[in-house]
Order: sequence, then C-alpha cells, then structure tokens
Amino acid sequence: MQAASEPIQELKLVGICKRFPGILACDNVSLEVKRGEVLALVGENGAGKSTLMNILAGLYQPDSGTISLNGEAVHFKTPNAAFAHGIGMVHQNFMLVPNLTVVENVALGSKNLHRFMNLDLNGARRRIKEISEHHELPVNPDAYIWQLSVGEQQRVELVKTLCFGAQLLILDEPTSALTPQETDDLLARLKRMTAELSIIFISHKLNEVKALSDRVTILRHGAVVFNGTTADHTPAELAALMTGHEVTLPRNESHDQSTEVILSVKALRARGDRGNLALDGLDLELRAGEVLGLAGVSGNGQRELADVLAGLRPVESGTIHFQGKNLTNHSPRRMIEAGLGYIPEDRHHEGIVPSFSVQDNLVLKDYASPKFSFSCFLKLGEIERNAESLRECFDIRCSSTSVATGSLSGGNIQKVILAREIARCPKALVAVYPTRGVDMGAQEFIHTQLLARRKEGVGVLLISEELEEIMNLSDRIAVIYKGRILKVLPAAIATREQLGLLMAGVVNE
Amino acid sequence: MDQSLFTSILFATVVAGTPLIITALGELVTEKSGVLNLGPEGMMSVGAVAAFAVTHHTGNPWLGILAGMVAGMLMSLLFAFMALTLMANQVASGLALSIFGVGLSAFIGKSYESVALPSIVPMRIPLLADIPYIGPALFQQQALVYFSWILIGLVAWFLYKSKVGLILRAVGESPVSAHEIGHPVILIRYLATLFGGAMAGVGGAFLSVFYTPMWVEGMVAGRGWISLALVVFATWRPMRVMIGAYLFGGAMITQMFVQGSGLKLSIPAQFLSSLPYVATIVVLVLISRNLKTIRLNSPASLGQPFLPDA
Repeated sequence: MQAASEPIQELKLVGICKRFPGILACDNVSLEVKRGEVLALVGENGAGKSTLMNILAGLYQPDSGTISLNGEAVHFKTPNAAFAHGIGMVHQNFMLVPNLTVVENVALGSKNLHRFMNLDLNGARRRIKEISEHHELPVNPDAYIWQLSVGEQQRVELVKTLCFGAQLLILDEPTSALTPQETDDLLARLKRMTAELSIIFISHKLNEVKALSDRVTILRHGAVVFNGTTADHTPAELAALMTGHEVTLPRNESHDQSTEVILSVKALRARGDRGNLALDGLDLELRAGEVLGLAGVSGNGQRELADVLAGLRPVESGTIHFQGKNLTNHSPRRMIEAGLGYIPEDRHHEGIVPSFSVQDNLVLKDYASPKFSFSCFLKLGEIERNAESLRECFDIRCSSTSVATGSLSGGNIQKVILAREIARCPKALVAVYPTRGVDMGAQEFIHTQLLARRKEGVGVLLISEELEEIMNLSDRIAVIYKGRILKVLPAAIATREQLGLLMAGVVNE
Repeated sequence: MDQSLFTSILFATVVAGTPLIITALGELVTEKSGVLNLGPEGMMSVGAVAAFAVTHHTGNPWLGILAGMVAGMLMSLLFAFMALTLMANQVASGLALSIFGVGLSAFIGKSYESVALPSIVPMRIPLLADIPYIGPALFQQQALVYFSWILIGLVAWFLYKSKVGLILRAVGESPVSAHEIGHPVILIRYLATLFGGAMAGVGGAFLSVFYTPMWVEGMVAGRGWISLALVVFATWRPMRVMIGAYLFGGAMITQMFVQGSGLKLSIPAQFLSSLPYVATIVVLVLISRNLKTIRLNSPASLGQPFLPDA
C-alpha cells in the first residue's frame, strides 16, 4: 500500500489554464480546500469541472497555473504522483476492471504484493477489510466487479481510493446512478468521513450540494464565476449562477385526469439480455393527455419495458394494446407507424446514427414518406428545410445541420431526437431517462416540451430515476420493482420518502 | 498397437505441437494486454530464416535460436510502432506484417535453399526416458520441447500469480482504468507485443533448426495462423493452448502415418490432409462453447487502440 504522506492541511489551485483543440476548458481557475472541508464544484456539462479535477488527479497537465499542497508547489506528472500526495479521485464512469475481483482491482494500485514469488492478495484483502469497517463501506473482496450493482461498485471505488491512501477525495458526480436512499446514505457517510478527509464534490444537483458542502465554487465556460459559503445561498441562487440565467424547471400543476386509455399493457413477460425474466407480469395503462412517471432503480425492467413497447424485444406472454389495437410482438416499424414516439435510453447508439448529419437523423423515421422522397429519390431540399425549421423550434445548437450528429453535446443530441419524435405527432411518447447527463438549460427545455405534448393530448410515459423529475412532471406515478408495477399513485399525494421505499421494494399499506 | 508405432506417433505429435505452443503462448500474452497482432505467420517465417542463417554460419544452434528470437522481436517492434505509437488499425497492420514477413523470409532465404544443417542430438532425461511407451516419446526430445512445457507454467504463473500479470490483464480489459491508477498502458502493451514476437521467432527457429533442419520457402506453412486460432479457441488459457496444439499435432501426424502406411484407402489424400484442421476446430469449438469462460477470459479491449488524452 502507498505510504501515507503528510496530512493535507490545505490544497490550492491558482490560475489553472487548460486548452483543448478549439476550446478553452479551464480559464484561469483558482480554488482552495482546507482539511476537513467539503468543497462543492458546481457547473453545467462542459463547464470544465472534470477537466480541472483530472488535472488535479495527474491525468492531464495544465498549460499554466500552479497547484500547491500545504503551501508547497507540486507537479503531478502522473496519477501516481497525485496518489503519493494523498489525492484520490472517484470518476463518474468508474475506473474498475469488470473482469477482475474487488481485491484484484485494489491490488492493481498497491505495492509489495509478492511473497515467495506469488501474488499475495491477503494484504490487500486485510486492507480492504480495515478501510471498509472503519468507514462503514461494506464490500465483498472476492466478488467480480461485473456482478455488482452500480451502488456497490461505487462503494468499491471509494474503498479502493481510500486504500491507496487518499486524504483528499475527489468525487465526480457520485450520485448520478444511485437511488434516493443510496444517495442519502452516501451523503451521510461522506459527512462522517470529513472528520479525517477533505472532499471535493462535483455535482449539478444543488440539493445535494446544499446538504453536504461547506463551500461552493461555480464554474461556467471554464471560468470561476462564484466562490462562497454554501449556507449563505439558496439552491435557486446557485442555479442562476450556474446557468447564467434564472432557471425554473417547469412543473405539471394541473393533475386533471383524462380517462381515455391509449396504451395498455397486460401481464407482460419478457426476458432480459442474460435470459432472466426481466418483465414478470407487468400491467400498465397510459392515458391520453397525461404524463405517467415510471419510477424505479435502474435494472428493474425499465429498459426491457421500453424495448418491448418500441417493438425491439420479443414478448413471451401478455399483450400490448395501442389505441385499441393489439400490437403485441409487432415490428418496430409497425409501432412507429401506429404513432408511438420513442426517446431511447442510449441516445448515441439507439437514438441517432452518430456519423449521419443532423438533417438525416431528423428524417430517420420518415425518409420514405412522400414528404421526403419521390420514388427512390430523396428530396434533399425538403430534408434540409425540415432540419432548419426543427433546429429553430427546438433550439438545437450546431454550427450547421449538415454536421455529424455525434459531434454535438449530449443535450443537443437529445434535442435532435426529441425534435424528430415530436415532429411526427405521436399519439404516445415513451421517454427513457430523457434528461440523463444533460445540463439544466436543456433539461428545462425538454421538460417544457414534454408538458406541452401532454397538453396536446399525447400520452407520455416518462421513465426516469430522478424522483425530482418524475414528481415535477407526472400526473400519476408507477413504481417498477423486479419487473412488476408495485403501485400506481397520483402524483399529487406521492412523497419522496414513500417513492423511495417503493423503489426499494417495500410496500407498507 | 505395437510399442514402436505408438511411441513414434506420440514423439512426432509432441514435436509437431511444440512450435505451436511456443508461438501461441507468446500471442496469448500479447492479446491479454489488449493487442491483436495477426503477424505470427510473418514473425515465425523471419525467425525461422534468421535462426537458420545464423546456425549455418556459426554452427551453433543456440545462437541460431537467439537470432530467431531477436528477429521475431524486431518484426513485432515494427508492428508495435505502427499499432501502438501511430495508432494504426491493428488488424490491418498485423495482416501486413504476416505478408511482409513471409516475403522477407523468402528473400533472405534464397541463398540457403539447398543447404542442410546437421541434425541435433536430442536431450535425454535420465530415468524418465526409460518409462516404457511414453518415456522415449516425451523425455528424449529437443531442449526446446522442455522449454515449451516450462513456458506454459511460466505464462500461467505470470498472468495469474504475479503483480505485473495482474496489471497486464487490467490493461487488456480496461486500459482507461489501468491508466487512471498510473500504469503505463502503452509501455506494457509494447512489452507484451515484443514477448509475442520473441516467442514467434523461437517457434520459427524450432522449425528450421530442429524440426526440418533446412530452409524451404514457405516452410512455416500456416502454423502462425494455427497458433493464432489456438489462442482464441483455448479461450486465452495457457493449458488449453497446449491441449489444442497437441491435438492438432497429433491429428497431423496420425494422418501422415495413415497416408504413409500404404493402406488401401478410398479417401482422397487431400481430405486426410485437411483432417487435423477440421478436428482441431471441432474439438476446440466444443470446449470453448462456455459463454461464461469466454466472458471471463477474453480481453475486453482486444484490438482497440488506447489514446491517453493529454
């Protein structure tokens, strides 16, 4: 194991600049953290948070600026140098090797592992035990990473980083894949750890920032726009500073119930990719002109349900009725023609063809309609006009509609998909994690659009892990657990706690 | 079966399997680091001709083996530079290396076509060689045969029981994670590729110096490709590489014995010659059918370049 270096009393970054081709990712950024303190680093996607932290973790070299520890200037040329000084980073996409066990993953970064020419993992195992007991982070050292849930993997990442002797933890959006309970749990643990450690907490969820951090630094377009004590500012103020304008995420206030069922699913059974029964007798009714929020921890059948509705996954038994017609096990083409809009979970692989232009992606489902083609010829002019008008309506930010769609940011790709699906005037819209990983500006826009469709009488099935999002937008909320709907409740009476318990499979009447 | 026939078949099987084992183990280590080098055929060819030339001029087969090893390494260095430094497509670079190596070896070997090397006396292991039937077949072999056995253990130990092996596997699974912990991904991939080249060179040297002590153009005859296939079918596990190699060697030798035995067969000779390939594929497909083993053993980022961002 790395020898513990002298304790970090104070870390200072002064005037850090980092330029990537065509973009200034960090523009003269300065910040400081003291021992036992939690600094929240807040900003939208592309604000430069991760770049800055990768510099601190020794993965990138800054173009200029200095890092100093306890008043002494340091240069981290490699991640090892950063570890040696007690700086450890938990990345948003976990840096674990899936095909190795927990103890092997920890051993990868440890020294002195050989005894009599053989790899001795007992030392690493002991160290894991020590750390996990000390910080109350239970992990099974002999489990393979791929067997673990996201929450467990995160605990492993934390334990791993602590095993390497981290005294300053950098956490890059640690809660983005956790359930509300897991999130609260993690925040409580981190709070306890501050007795011995300093933490830099990267997030754009401002309620978590409020709950955990002592101070907050806000980045926008690579530069620091705010630096202050968390307690003195409300989340709304921080949000405004973060985005540069007032943000009010729209809410669904009306909660009036229509009764016309547009999509009905009965006793649905379908298998997941590993052959497990991912949907196990699922019943669901979506009404016209409502947003039905589907809450649940990911991996409880959401993906399979979305696939089945889009016609991408075979149904073993049960039925899907769409506008009164039985469309069970029909092809994706039939579902599209029947008027089902679909915003898939994996926007890069399922939602768009990344190497196609924005124009082409916008007509991906309608290229064969008389509007965009004549005999075997595409009406290129019409396709371009269509793209230009959608680009305006949906505020798609791109230098031109003929650039490859894959080169746009996540939020803009999502707008391309949204534009395509909505322009087709669907009767029902299945939106799977529509705002995952997009920034607040895009999130606001997407939410507004979903509510506008609801007003027009479209039934919207909103699949999300963000309770906030579900509670803000839904008329009714269904909770999915192990491939079944556990309960459907009106959004007006649902509480966070109640939903959190249901998502964990607890039904108390 | 009479003793001498059984012993001769077993003996010949082991000899035929040896270059495959050595080459395939090298390729296995290369692939475990995430590098797909399709060049064993070329590296073996160059290794074979280099070993032959040096042995011919110095009269020392060990210097020859060394030369084959160095030649194989140089070939793999060329590949590593293209694929790891210049980030060229690994499949294309590897194929090019094979074609280049076969051609280059033919060119270098032109003047050695009619030369023969003195055959080398095998190394007899006392006591063990006296075991009836198997003793003379297994323990009265060339030193490189014993080397191939040691190599299996070494590679297995290295990959699964040593720290560097753990890092190498991590590099092949998830280079980003290994890089984040501070391991030099490109350097490790270079070393693994060089090891693969060295072993292919030794495998080639075994062919030209011990197996058929002479040089003939195209004498590697697809053994590089067989080694490559063995690694995949053996689901990247050293012991299974040995099983596959001897299986292939055994089938090859058996069909040669059958063809040479003068038995009146109504089966065309070409069909018999293809049997070892068919048999190897069928058996290895059967043992490698387990999806879980494949999932656990195949390097997840095989053939994918790693580009650390500044």
